[in-house]
Amino acid sequence: MNTNLNLLIGLAMGLNLIALGSSRLPSLIRAMSFQGVVLGLMPLLMEAEFKWTVGLVALATMAGKGLIIPSLLNRAMRAANIEREINPFIGYVPSLLLGAGGTIAAVALARTLPLLPEHAGSLLVPGALASVLTGFILLIGRAKAIAQVCGYLILENGIYLFGLLLIHSTPLLVEAGVLLDLTVGVFVIGIIVDRIQRAFDSLDTRKLTILRE
Amino acid sequence: MISLLLIFLPLAGAALAALWPDNRTRPWLLPAVGTVHTGLTFWLLLNPPVVTPGAWLAFDPLARAVLPAVSLLFFVCATYGVAYLRVRQERPNRVFVALLLAVLGLLSAGHQSRHLGLLWIATEAVTLAAVPLLHFNGTPRAFEATWKYLLVGGTGIALSLLGSFCLGYASLHGGGGGDLTFASLMAQGTCLSRPWVLIAWVLLLVGYGTKMGLAPMHTWKPDAYGEAPGIVGALLAGGVTTVAFTAILRVRAVVSAAGEGAMADRTLLVIGLFSMLVAALFLLGTRDYKRMLAYSSVEHMGILSIGAALGGAGVWAALFHVWSNGLTKGALFLSAGNIRRAAGSASMDDVRGTAVFAPRSSMIFVAGMFAVTALPPFGPFFSELRVVRAGLALPGHGWAVAMFLGCLLFAFFGLTRVVFGIVDGRPRPGAKAGGRRFVESAGVIVPPLVLMGLSLWLGLHTPAVLQEAWSAAVVQLYPQP
Repeated sequence: MNTNLNLLIGLAMGLNLIALGSSRLPSLIRAMSFQGVVLGLMPLLMEAEFKWTVGLVALATMAGKGLIIPSLLNRAMRAANIEREINPFIGYVPSLLLGAGGTIAAVALARTLPLLPEHAGSLLVPGALASVLTGFILLIGRAKAIAQVCGYLILENGIYLFGLLLIHSTPLLVEAGVLLDLTVGVFVIGIIVDRIQRAFDSLDTRKLTILRE
Repeated sequence: MISLLLIFLPLAGAALAALWPDNRTRPWLLPAVGTVHTGLTFWLLLNPPVVTPGAWLAFDPLARAVLPAVSLLFFVCATYGVAYLRVRQERPNRVFVALLLAVLGLLSAGHQSRHLGLLWIATEAVTLAAVPLLHFNGTPRAFEATWKYLLVGGTGIALSLLGSFCLGYASLHGGGGGDLTFASLMAQGTCLSRPWVLIAWVLLLVGYGTKMGLAPMHTWKPDAYGEAPGIVGALLAGGVTTVAFTAILRVRAVVSAAGEGAMADRTLLVIGLFSMLVAALFLLGTRDYKRMLAYSSVEHMGILSIGAALGGAGVWAALFHVWSNGLTKGALFLSAGNIRRAAGSASMDDVRGTAVFAPRSSMIFVAGMFAVTALPPFGPFFSELRVVRAGLALPGHGWAVAMFLGCLLFAFFGLTRVVFGIVDGRPRPGAKAGGRRFVESAGVIVPPLVLMGLSLWLGLHTPAVLQEAWSAAVVQLYPQP
């Protein structure tokens, strides 16, 4: 059970590095959406027997993170007709090095934290920390609004991974609320991206510099 | 039951506003809902309900100490909103009115949340509901501000979710059964896993601190307050920030129960002083009077954070300051909005002599500026005095009090520089050519005047029931063993 889960988490961590190394928006969006599907599968592996509530959460996650959000972003990208290169503030090689170093640091850090026996051998904590860090690197290091949204979503994925530690103890109502908020959040972001495109005729956040001291 | 009504009544109002066909009469829903909401919260303030310990949502002492202030501020802003939206007939206000009401309902939910997860859901929902309010003006500058608000605020709120999970794991690790209400977390006390509590505290402080606008996570604030309509600025500064502040207070009580209260107080003190320092420095540099209000808000969030760090007396002072700052800031935002409309610009470089063409608003603006820089006998003077006294009562906090007073002085210099820069002098010739003349009707003058009156009243005669409510909240946060 745990080995299968660790395999998936390892896959998600690998996708972090692919996202950091992507020089084109479509491949970044693909990496992010594939990570979403991988994450959606995890709750099913964590249950000893199948429960329909968990299945529902898994299905909603996979549909939201793997299908709906990426297609929204893809549509925004096509509508904006932006050139697909990402133009980083932090180059691809430095991003990758940072991400790889961060992943190693996450594994090392997770060893020092006290974990319950059933979580001791799992990669959940290092995977969560590494994804949060990847999200931050993308948020800070990319100039295109859509790439920043992808960074934000990978950050959210990391938090979701961490939330899996609590899956047996938090009520479904809370999970549903969190999921709903996230979906609405991305929807709102999508609308604003569209408005920025219309107002500035670009999705390059380097043009958003009117407001400063 | 009534506590649920406080949440669902505004949400129902929001739904009604979304369906209401007429653009001209729709804004009247704001004061209608605001009146009922304020009436209910004050009734609950006077007749506090019994709170069942395990309740997820309740009008508990902390909600009782803060929510009436938010409700009152909303009510006054709602009456202003009617006049404001009449001036702005040209823009459809369906989304604006509906979301203002939704913000009120979600704020009520956030203030009454006694559950870690529920609190996060409510705060996140408020953040999202405020987004379309920020870009009501539809200018490129407004969209830029909204983008920064979303990105910074979204990241902050994500970190507070991570922090909530960490605190949940601390409880799970300590043998908790997965009950994430604050009461049960506090009851677990020192059983909570220490390292996870520390990580949770850092993440939650950064996350909710972003929402509150503590430096260095304040960067969204000047942009958002600078571009949003005055009424939205008033509600963000006096309502949305307080829900993040009460969240920090609730989490601090858990951290303190886990035996790390001294560490939490130290971080709150440092981050509060740093916010005041950053705000004072930027106040000395800014040339925009709406951005000035944002930096002033950062400064006052710093004061709240310092108050929260100074033990029971300090928290009492901070709760007082939530009231006095929220109401005074409201008056400043509303009058600044008037001046902005009359002058056509928010920069000191373009605006001069507003005392000539917007005399009443300018008068309120100047009075509000003095009130917010702690001139007696307005409310902020007394609440800040309480903070100072709480600091002096604790040994070894002399340096913090000295720095606190120094920052207040610099903030005073910064605020007077900008305010008198725009109020004094002769209006620039041709500044108003083209635009329609702005009329200072009663609808846009009386609300900020009422808020100033409330600030004065809080200072001169702090009602006994409020003092008792703040004391009850302190007892909730510092339970005697």
